[in-house]
Amino acid sequence: MSAVPRMVVVKGGPDLQRSGEGSALSLRATGAWTAPFAPSLERLVADAEKLAGKKIDVSIDVSQVSKLDTFGAWLIERLRRSFTTGTAEARIDGLSANYASLVDEVRRVSVAPGGDATSVTITGMLSQIGRSVAGIFGTVAALIDMLGAVIVASGRVLIHPRGFRLTSTIHHLEQVCWRAVPIIVLITFLIGCIIAQQGIFHFRRFGADIFVVDMLGVLVLREIGVLLVAIMIAGRSGSAYTAELGSMKMREEIDALRTMGFDPIEVLILPRMLALIIALPILSFLGDIAALYGGGLVAWFYGGVDPEAFLLRLRDAISIDHFTVGLLKAPVMAAVIGIVACVEGLAVLGSAESLGRHTTSSVVKGIFFVIVMDGVFAIFFAAVGM
Amino acid sequence: MMQAMSDPIIRVRDVTVQFGKTRVLDGLDLDVKRGEILGFVGPSGAGKSVLTRTIIGLVPKLSGNIEVFGVDLDAADRAGRRAVERRWGVLFQQGALFSSLTVRQNIQFPVREYLKVSQRLLDEIMVAKLVMVGLRPDVADRFPSELSGGMIKRVALARALALDPELVFLDEPTSGLDPIGAGDFDELVRTLQRTLGLTVFMVTHDLDSLYTACDRIAVLGNGKIIAAGSMADMQASEHPWLRQYFHGKRARAVMG
Repeated sequence: MSAVPRMVVVKGGPDLQRSGEGSALSLRATGAWTAPFAPSLERLVADAEKLAGKKIDVSIDVSQVSKLDTFGAWLIERLRRSFTTGTAEARIDGLSANYASLVDEVRRVSVAPGGDATSVTITGMLSQIGRSVAGIFGTVAALIDMLGAVIVASGRVLIHPRGFRLTSTIHHLEQVCWRAVPIIVLITFLIGCIIAQQGIFHFRRFGADIFVVDMLGVLVLREIGVLLVAIMIAGRSGSAYTAELGSMKMREEIDALRTMGFDPIEVLILPRMLALIIALPILSFLGDIAALYGGGLVAWFYGGVDPEAFLLRLRDAISIDHFTVGLLKAPVMAAVIGIVACVEGLAVLGSAESLGRHTTSSVVKGIFFVIVMDGVFAIFFAAVGM
Repeated sequence: MMQAMSDPIIRVRDVTVQFGKTRVLDGLDLDVKRGEILGFVGPSGAGKSVLTRTIIGLVPKLSGNIEVFGVDLDAADRAGRRAVERRWGVLFQQGALFSSLTVRQNIQFPVREYLKVSQRLLDEIMVAKLVMVGLRPDVADRFPSELSGGMIKRVALARALALDPELVFLDEPTSGLDPIGAGDFDELVRTLQRTLGLTVFMVTHDLDSLYTACDRIAVLGNGKIIAAGSMADMQASEHPWLRQYFHGKRARAVMG
């Protein structure tokens, strides 16, 4: 308990002496009745309070108190109240003028029992579950609501192109796209290497080393490239969007925009969404290339497939469809990440805790919906035969 | 009981603070005496808040020496610093209430950390502080985001007073309050000073506050204290900024 200050000043510490016979009791408070001594003061007062009810004629002498603050004044007041029952009233004697106003101040305090107690009940738990389930529909409704608002806003911008925020869009494009390139390229490169290494390691047992190129091509172009990039961006930019919008909401900046006649969707959200939608296909493309390059290097050095054979095989194994499928998914995933991030950002309430909670849920929901969308796309492309 | 008025509770000597190339405080000297309410004024951007934050130890200084309660905070060890910090309270300009805690928890937080007392006493002290700053106890379970600006100031003051400090720093306590609220606040500061024997270091722009609440006024300009003294001294001063400040249109309105 490093939080408890050292009791340096033991001398001058508080005491409460009792004297008196029969129904009379006089209490004499001495020493410093101040905050640093609050724990021992509380014990003294609690001990004395046990006599309440037995004694009728009670006086509390505070003339020997060397120092008094709110803690001491309140505890003396508490003592007085516990000895004041119906007919009998406890007296406070020897109060110096200095401290009289402080005691008057605490006399105005009426303590209601604390409202902190929250008990766990079965109905409480059930209602919690019910609320969570209803919350799912609320989430979906909010996403659709935001999608609609964004579409309406972009329609308005199409009709009045002067409302379009080019500078803001470019700024976000730099944040989301340009600055993300190194990390995206690095991660996808490494994943490409790992896929190729695993493929070669296991395919070698069947003497099918060369098929690693097929696997790498299909996997990277169709699925891993775009999925990995989308997940990275949900973590990197989705969280940033939520935190930015959330803190703007907390400081009433969004309300300020609204009162100046600007639509926050148009000013804040549209440029961010657009930047994401442009960025994700570009980053996916770069990620695809980096992953293939990494895979190719591993195939060469670890699997002995030289670059010429690798490219030849890649050209045979992969049709343009695989590449198109991957890139078609990217803008949709960007829209999903952006909408989730913006909904969460605008849902932030006044506290720092709420900001943290919504930023977390922005990333979690963003990744979840990206994977759900990927599943939907898999079904769709299988149906259309791509 | 109270120590001699000449004993300074804050001693600032030759303090220089610099941000990049701009020198904000330049060899500044200041004494705050025990038991007084010192009003601290100066043009916007002159470094009033910087000095406050330097004394509290939030802003590093380039050179100089600051003693609070006779302790040099630079030389003090961790325990020494804590012992000093326990004896002062700070009211920040925006309140700086912990947004994820309720009013009750905000006020109880410093008490809970420093003293080992029962929940019952914590609750009672919390209510006592709320009453002292003129709030009703039923705001206790609200969050800071659900309070008005004036209530935030009051709760923040209650938190600053939670441990019954000997010294409080108030950074523009009445800014953003309506005149009646601001007047109440000044009255409150005076009452608390009387009842608790507080020393108050108050940064303010409010002429009413200076007039009604402060015992002494210090004026900051060009990184130094250009004048310090009573209201009468200020009004008698020939310094151009002081003349403008204390004899301007608004000052005349206050002084009638």
